[in-house]
Amino acid sequence: MKIKTISRSADQYVPVRNTQESSLPRNLNPALHPFERAREYTKAVTATKLERMFAQPFIGQLGDGHRDGVYCIAKNFGTTNQVASGSGDGIIKYWDMTSRQETVTFKAHYGLVTGLSVTPGKTHMLSCGDDKYIKLWSVNYNEFDAGFGEEDVYDKKSQGLVKTFLGEHAFKGLDHHFNEDIFVTGGLSIQLWDMNRSKYVSDLSWGADNINTVKFNKTETNIIASAGSDNSIVLYDIRTNTAIQKVVTNLRTNCISWNPMEAFNFASGSDDHNAYLWDMRNLNKSLNVYKDHVAGIMDIDFSPTGEELVTGSYDKTIRIFRSREGHSRDIYHTKRMQRIFCVKYTTDARYILSGSDDTNVRIWRANSSDRAGIKSSRQRAKMEYDNALKERFKHMPEIKRISRHRHVPIVIKKANEIKRVELESLKKRQENDRKHSRAGSKPYVPERQKHIRGTAIKEDK
Amino acid sequence: MAPPAKMGSIDRPGTEKYQRSDSGVAKKKKGKYSKDKKLNANLKKLDNQYKEALRSAAGTDLLLTEETGFLEADSPMEKTFKFQQQDIEQVLDEQTVNKKFELNLPKLGPYQIDYSRNGRDLLLGGIKGHVASIDWRKGAMNCELFLNETVHAVKYLHNNQYFAVAQKKYTFIYDNQGTELHRLKQHIDSTLLDFLPYHFLLVTAGNTGFIKFHDVSTGNLVSELRTKLGPTQALKQNPWNAVMHAGHSNGTVSLWAPNMSTPLAKMLSARGPVTDIAIDREGKYMVVSGADKSLKVWDLRKFKELDNYYTPTPAKSLDISDTGLLSVSWGPHITVWKDIFKTKQSDPYMNHLIPSSKVERAKFVPFEDILGVGHSKGFSSLVIPGAGEANYDALELNPYESVKQRQQGEVRALMNKLSPDTISLDPNVIGTVDKRANSIRLKPGQIGEITEGSEENKMEIKPEVKGKNSSLRKHLRKKTQNVIDQRKLRIERNLKMEKEARQKKYKQDRGIPEEKDLLGPALSRFK
Repeated sequence: MKIKTISRSADQYVPVRNTQESSLPRNLNPALHPFERAREYTKAVTATKLERMFAQPFIGQLGDGHRDGVYCIAKNFGTTNQVASGSGDGIIKYWDMTSRQETVTFKAHYGLVTGLSVTPGKTHMLSCGDDKYIKLWSVNYNEFDAGFGEEDVYDKKSQGLVKTFLGEHAFKGLDHHFNEDIFVTGGLSIQLWDMNRSKYVSDLSWGADNINTVKFNKTETNIIASAGSDNSIVLYDIRTNTAIQKVVTNLRTNCISWNPMEAFNFASGSDDHNAYLWDMRNLNKSLNVYKDHVAGIMDIDFSPTGEELVTGSYDKTIRIFRSREGHSRDIYHTKRMQRIFCVKYTTDARYILSGSDDTNVRIWRANSSDRAGIKSSRQRAKMEYDNALKERFKHMPEIKRISRHRHVPIVIKKANEIKRVELESLKKRQENDRKHSRAGSKPYVPERQKHIRGTAIKEDK
Repeated sequence: MAPPAKMGSIDRPGTEKYQRSDSGVAKKKKGKYSKDKKLNANLKKLDNQYKEALRSAAGTDLLLTEETGFLEADSPMEKTFKFQQQDIEQVLDEQTVNKKFELNLPKLGPYQIDYSRNGRDLLLGGIKGHVASIDWRKGAMNCELFLNETVHAVKYLHNNQYFAVAQKKYTFIYDNQGTELHRLKQHIDSTLLDFLPYHFLLVTAGNTGFIKFHDVSTGNLVSELRTKLGPTQALKQNPWNAVMHAGHSNGTVSLWAPNMSTPLAKMLSARGPVTDIAIDREGKYMVVSGADKSLKVWDLRKFKELDNYYTPTPAKSLDISDTGLLSVSWGPHITVWKDIFKTKQSDPYMNHLIPSSKVERAKFVPFEDILGVGHSKGFSSLVIPGAGEANYDALELNPYESVKQRQQGEVRALMNKLSPDTISLDPNVIGTVDKRANSIRLKPGQIGEITEGSEENKMEIKPEVKGKNSSLRKHLRKKTQNVIDQRKLRIERNLKMEKEARQKKYKQDRGIPEEKDLLGPALSRFK
C-alpha cells in the first residue's frame, strides 16, 4: 500500500509572531476561481462608480487672479511649477504654482497683452501688446526693490524691464524659439526677431492682412505655424525663410498647438466649434475632428504626452479630448467661470490652467479623479488593476453610462440640442438635394475635409 | 512529467490547465481577425495578453508546494477498496491521524453536518434539536444549542460567523455564539438549505414545494419559485454557475435560477424519488441517486447521461470532492468512487462501514483529505487520501486565515457581491458580445414586455365567436322559426360571416393557400 495525504505544517502558513506577515499562497487554477468574469465585471462597475465619486476637477485659482480678463498664459518649459499670465489691462504676472502665489507682477503694456512667452535658458518673460511694444522682463525678484507694493505696479513701471523692442504695428501673438534667441510675432505681418537686434530680422507675411496666432514647433524647432484672419493656416520654415504651405478653411482658426511627441502633427481650434488635427505634410484633409463644443474654440493645447488635448471655448467650458477620439472625455465648468481665452496643460501633464474673462487663472486636474498624494504600492496596484478592469469592460452599457455621465450647464445642453437639430436638418436637406440631382454631381465630402477650402501649393499625388 | 521550461520561454508546458473555454477573444481567420485595421490591432493585443497571462500562470506551477494525496495498491491482487481505516491509520503520519475523530452522540441523532467554506469549522445538527459549531482541528466548541425542536438541515453562511438552521416550522439564523439573530418567517417548513456564497443568497426548499432565495446581506427575499412538483427531495447548488438543482419525488431534477419562474432545464433521472444530488466544482458533472437504487452520472454541458451505477440500497447522501472523488452513503456504508467522470468504474476507490448505524450526511472537508460523516450515532471522520485540493488560494478561501483576514475578506466579498439576476447556465455570459442580429437582440426595456407576454395574442384578430347560449342563438332557436323578421336576417348574416372568417383563419394557420376569386374583386361582392 502506497499512501500519502495532505498534511500541511501550520508553521508554514501561520505566522509565528504577530509582527510577521502571514503567507498567502496562490493557486491560479481557474477551477478555484468561479464567476471570474462576473466578479471582475462587478469590480469594474464599482471602480467606475468610485472614479465618478472622486471626480473633483477644480483645485483652485492662482493667487487673487488679475484685475481684468486673462488673455494669455505661457508655460516655462524648464520647470513644472511656474507659469506666466497676461491680462487685458496690460499686467503680466509670473506665478509659482506650488504656493499658488505670484512671484512678480509688471504693468507691461498700455491696453491688452496680446502675446506672452517665457524664454528658455535665462528665464525672462517676453510680452507684446496692442501698444506696438515687445518687452523682455526679468522674473528674478531678488533683484527688485523689496518695498515695491502690490499697488505700485500700476503706476511705477521701470522695475524688472530688461529690454524693449518697438514695432511698426500692434502685435497679436508671440512665441519664442525652443532653444535659440529668436522669437516670432503676429499682427499685421508675421515677423521674426532676434533677441540681440532691436529691429525684426525678417518678415514672413504671405497674404493675410492679420495674423492671430503664431506658434513655434518645440520639437522640429524651425517650423512655425500661424493662423490668419483670412481663415488660413500657414506653415513657415525659418531656415529658408519661406512659407511651406497654406490651407484655407471655412471659418477662422483661433489657436494652434503642436503635438510635442509627433512633431509633424498639430491641432487647431476653429470658430466653427470644432478642433482639428492636421498633418503638416498633407493639409488636404485633417487627421481628426474634435466635436462637442457649442461655441468657437479660443485656445487648444496638447498634453506633453501628445495623447490628449485640452480646449477652452467661448461657451465657458473646458473640454479634454483624447487625440485619437472624436469626442471629449471630460468637460469642466463652474458657475462663475466666464468665456475662456487660454488653456494650458502644465509641463507634468497633471494639471490644466485656464484663463478666462472673469479675471481668474484656474487650476484643474487633468484627470478629475486623480489625487496628487504619494500612494503606497498597494494603492497603486489597486489603481492599476481598476484601470485595467475599466478598460476591459468599458463597452458594457452600465459602465459606459456611469463613466460618461456629466452634469452639463443647461445652456450648453440646450445649445447642444439645437445644434444637433440644425445639423440633422442640414444633412437631410443635402441628402434630398443629392437625391434629386444627377448622380455623382453632389458627392459626399468626408467630415475631415468639409472645413477645408483648399491649399495654396498643390502637390502632385 | 515534462521537464519544467525556463522562465520567460514561449512554449511553457502546462498552460492547458489555465485555458478558459471562452477567452473572450475573437477567433482568428486566416491570420486576421477583422477587416478593420484598428480593431485588428486591438484584438491582436488582447490575444497576446491572454497568451502571456497563460504563460505566466503556468510559470507559477513551481510555487504550488503541496502535493495531492493518493492511495495505491502495490500489486494487481491488492485492491484499494479493501483497505480499512484501521489499516490506513497504521501507516499515516501523526498529523493526519489527529484529524480523524469520532463523536459519540447516540441520543439526539441522526446528524446533519456542514463545513464552513474554508473547511475549518464543523456544524452538526441532530434531528432532535442538538446544534453545535466546532473548530474541529483545535477541538474547540464555538457554540452548542439544544433547540428542543426538529432540525432538518444546517448550513454555514459565507464564513463561520453565521449559520442557518432549518427547524420544525421556520428557518433561523444564528451567530457564532449561538445567539438567534433572525427568524426567517417566509421560509416555512423547509428541510433543505444551501448558500450561494458569491451572491449571498440563502436558498431553502422543503415540504411546500417552493424554492426560496433570500439575500442575507440585505435581508430581502429575492424570489420564491413554485416547483409544482410536491415536496423537494434534494437541493444542491452548482458551484460553477450558482444554478440550483432540485430533485423531486417523480424522479426529475430541475434547474432553477432566481430570475426565472420556470426551471432552466429538467432531467428525468430516476424512476422513483430523487434522494440526493452532487455536482462537481467546475459544474461539468452531476451525480443523482434515486430511491430506485440508481446512481446516474450526468454531463451538465450536454445534459446527457454518461454512466449509470446502482447502490444495493437507496443512497442517502452524495458528495463530490474538489479532486472529483464521489462519496455515496447507503445505509451504514460509505463508498468512495474515483475517476467516475472519466470512465465507467468497476470497483470503488474506498469502502467504509459504520456498524449498526445509518449515515445521514457525508461531506468532504475542503482542502483536506477527510470525509466527515454524520450518522445516527453521532459523527465520524474518515481519511480519504486524494480527496482534497492540496494548494489553496489564500485570496479566495484560506483555511489558516486570521481574524483580521476573515473580516477584510468579508468586506471584500460584500463589495463584490454578484447580482442575483446574473445567475444563468453560462456564468461567463456577462461581458460578451451578443452576436445575434440587431433585430433579434433585446433592447433593455423589452425584457418586461416579453415576460408580461400574450402581447402578440392580443394583436391577433379573432373572429368573434359567440357561446352556445348567446342571445343570438337563443333567438334563432326559438320555436317560431317560420317567422322571419329583420333581426333574424341580420343575425343569420352575421353568423355566416363569422363562420367564413373562422374558416379563412383556419386555412391561413394551416398554410392552405386561399382560393382564387374567379370573379375578381369587382364582381365578387354580388356573390
